[in-house]
Amino acid sequence: MKQSQPQTSTSWELGPILRAMLRNKVGAILIALQIAITMTIIVNSVYIIVERNKDMQRDSGIDNENSFYLTSVGFGDNFNVPNTVEEDLNMLRALPGVVDAIQTNAVPNSNSGWSMGLKTQSGVEHDAVGTAVYMVDDHGVNALDVEIIAGENFAPSDISLRIVGQVDWPNKTIITKAMAENLFPDINYADVVGKTVYINDIDPMVVVGIIDKLQAPWVNWSNVENVMLSPERQSFKGSRYFIRTEPGMRDTLMNQVEELLANSNNQRLIKGMRSIEETRERSYRGHTAMIKILTTVMVILTIVTALGIVGLASFSVNQRKKQIGTRRALGATQGTIIRYFMFENFLISSIGVLLGAILTVILNVILVNAFGLDRLDWFYIPIGMLVLWLVGQAAVFGPAKKAANIPPALATRTV
Amino acid sequence: MFNYYIKLAFKSFKRNPILSLLMVTAIALGIGASMTTITVNYLMSANPIPHKSEQLFHIQVDNWDPNNPFNDDEDALPNQLTWTDATNLTHAKKALRQSAMSMSGAIIEPQDSESKPFEASIRLAYTDFFAMFDVPFLYGGPWDNNSDSNREQVVVLSKRTNESVFGGENSIGKNIVIAGRHFQVVGVIDTWEVMPKFYDVNNGPFNETEELFMPFSLKEDLELPNWGNNNCWKSPDGEGYAAFLRSECINTQMWVELPNAQAEADYLDFLNNYVRSQKELGRFPRPLHNRLNDVMEWMERREVVEEDAKMMMWLSFMFLLVCLLNTIGLLLAKFTGKSSEIGLRLAVGASKADVFKQHIVETACIGLVGGIAGLGLTLVGLQGIKSLYGDFVDDLASLDASMIVVALVIALVSSIAAGLYPTWRACNISPASQLKSQ
Repeated sequence: MKQSQPQTSTSWELGPILRAMLRNKVGAILIALQIAITMTIIVNSVYIIVERNKDMQRDSGIDNENSFYLTSVGFGDNFNVPNTVEEDLNMLRALPGVVDAIQTNAVPNSNSGWSMGLKTQSGVEHDAVGTAVYMVDDHGVNALDVEIIAGENFAPSDISLRIVGQVDWPNKTIITKAMAENLFPDINYADVVGKTVYINDIDPMVVVGIIDKLQAPWVNWSNVENVMLSPERQSFKGSRYFIRTEPGMRDTLMNQVEELLANSNNQRLIKGMRSIEETRERSYRGHTAMIKILTTVMVILTIVTALGIVGLASFSVNQRKKQIGTRRALGATQGTIIRYFMFENFLISSIGVLLGAILTVILNVILVNAFGLDRLDWFYIPIGMLVLWLVGQAAVFGPAKKAANIPPALATRTV
Repeated sequence: MFNYYIKLAFKSFKRNPILSLLMVTAIALGIGASMTTITVNYLMSANPIPHKSEQLFHIQVDNWDPNNPFNDDEDALPNQLTWTDATNLTHAKKALRQSAMSMSGAIIEPQDSESKPFEASIRLAYTDFFAMFDVPFLYGGPWDNNSDSNREQVVVLSKRTNESVFGGENSIGKNIVIAGRHFQVVGVIDTWEVMPKFYDVNNGPFNETEELFMPFSLKEDLELPNWGNNNCWKSPDGEGYAAFLRSECINTQMWVELPNAQAEADYLDFLNNYVRSQKELGRFPRPLHNRLNDVMEWMERREVVEEDAKMMMWLSFMFLLVCLLNTIGLLLAKFTGKSSEIGLRLAVGASKADVFKQHIVETACIGLVGGIAGLGLTLVGLQGIKSLYGDFVDDLASLDASMIVVALVIALVSSIAAGLYPTWRACNISPASQLKSQ
């Protein structure tokens, strides 16, 4: 092969390529810049997509596929909330296909709920750990599909009735493992059972149990696993019921339950019935949309950059038709010509991806500062560089092939 | 001459159709992406009440926990007021207009037996709410001051509520059962959707207007539930609804209308004096710190524009940049390909300025075609945003005339900017070297 490139000192033709590039600096710089910015956008977008996906994949703790909830609002003067709740729950729990049902003040991942602060020491001067509050009865653990990993569940006798505007709290609570570890970072979560924590600065509650995992209503909250259960039913005009069904029974039961409840009492209306699946879909809609938009942007951007490379390479092939013909006439093989253009693109891409690596980090720092994103993991950068290299090589292959097909006779024709 | 250049531009367009199409596509994609995100940001940050946004102020007072500020920001103040302070300030009537307000909901029981009861959202406010925010009325008007102070059961309906309860007819003076009580309809408002819903950004800045309006004082009488955001640093003193209402919990918004700077200064004085007098009663344990925010300051402070929208806008600008770099490269290629033609024109007497003009016109044509195609892509993009985010962005994803102009201007300016260097290079061709090779 050596004798086919008499004009070059190395087999990679670095010298001629560099000289040709220097003569058309601007074209090379433009492609390098395009590759750099494309890489910056793509790497940061992929990172955002991966992070959002991770958020969406987190375990909510409840049975997403087989749970739903609805609200019953009483009106009229004769509407008795505690009695209605008792009747409703008895009816719901007896329904075939229902695993369990509870009344609760809030629903995981629904973006609306209550929060309180718990302290390990009594007094206004101590710091509190924020937590979501779910008021449930002794069926709560079963209906929410959570597991008690230390201590015990509430007993039926623990359950009190909360009225509108009530200030004090029951004297028992169950908290998540995450909450236990946030409150008492120095001890094993299992040893938190039996500890006293303080709500409203000074009101004591004893931790009777620890559950494995349960998410708060607010999916974008940084402490989304800080949750406490309070052993209470609520005497509010609107009662929310959370129902967990046997696998596959949810949709049938949703229709059935709505009708049963609506018909059992004409002094109320049933509203806001929604499955957990739909609730999560709504709560994460921003994430889903962002992922789809960024994916579209990435695909289009890659195509634009690749087409730009194709356009410029084709043009440069057309410009150099005579020279290519001459080289072919002097004995360069088709492979040599292809390799020439591929290697030229490789050099330009290398400058592009190196610059891209720097820009990627800069954009990430800006996003971290302006939008509170997390730092980029380092390995995204080499992967991004590799991908852009490949895109460049793939894009230039077509024009390079065309160049290789230029007949040697061309040299004789036009000179 | 201009027409001739345009003719030349289209000739050149036809000669290199693929290269030209690539450029138009690149510009169209860049414009489409940027305009989609610019439109969403523009609508999110729109001034909802432009003619008096500088005369309307949301009040902030610092009644928070002595040990902790409301949040970690510097100069953080609670974003709402207590029921007590909002009603005290409204009753003082020290501004041209003023209203405490909050969100609630209740069940409406239509009188005809066929219609089912339904739940409606309520804006509790004082009569000034309507004049302050220029709420348009279809029938009747606001209730009067007496209704506020006498706690009369009067109600203003939204157009839609009037349609579902009264079939859209003039319902002034009619009776309607809300929360189990008999109310008299005094007004029906016309369609009124402010975007963003500046008067209550706590409860969704892009949410719909409430379905009912009623005197704020009825909140206490009817023990209406708190539908909006509620925040407490201290639990209420005592049990029950009355204790909750009089607690240090914040759940009420407060707006005042102050026609000029003097009124603004006077009101801030009054506000400071009010807080001082409350301090004497043992309230307001934190240092004296009160603030008046006009509408746009308030939108800014509450960060009404979604972070994702901002982020997408910056990414789309980078996208446009890539598309422009692409266009520069392709133009360079195209004009270099025309070297011999340019050489010929220069040789037969065209000045550099002529050649420059000719190629700038050609670039502008590409930009304009790209811009128009970009507008089409913007419509597609906005449709996509609507289908991804659901109903609540309906009003945030529509293109108005000013945005169309912006799109075309951006397309023209950016394509001409992209064309400058290639055009400059084209003008500096030496005719001799080009003619030689022919």
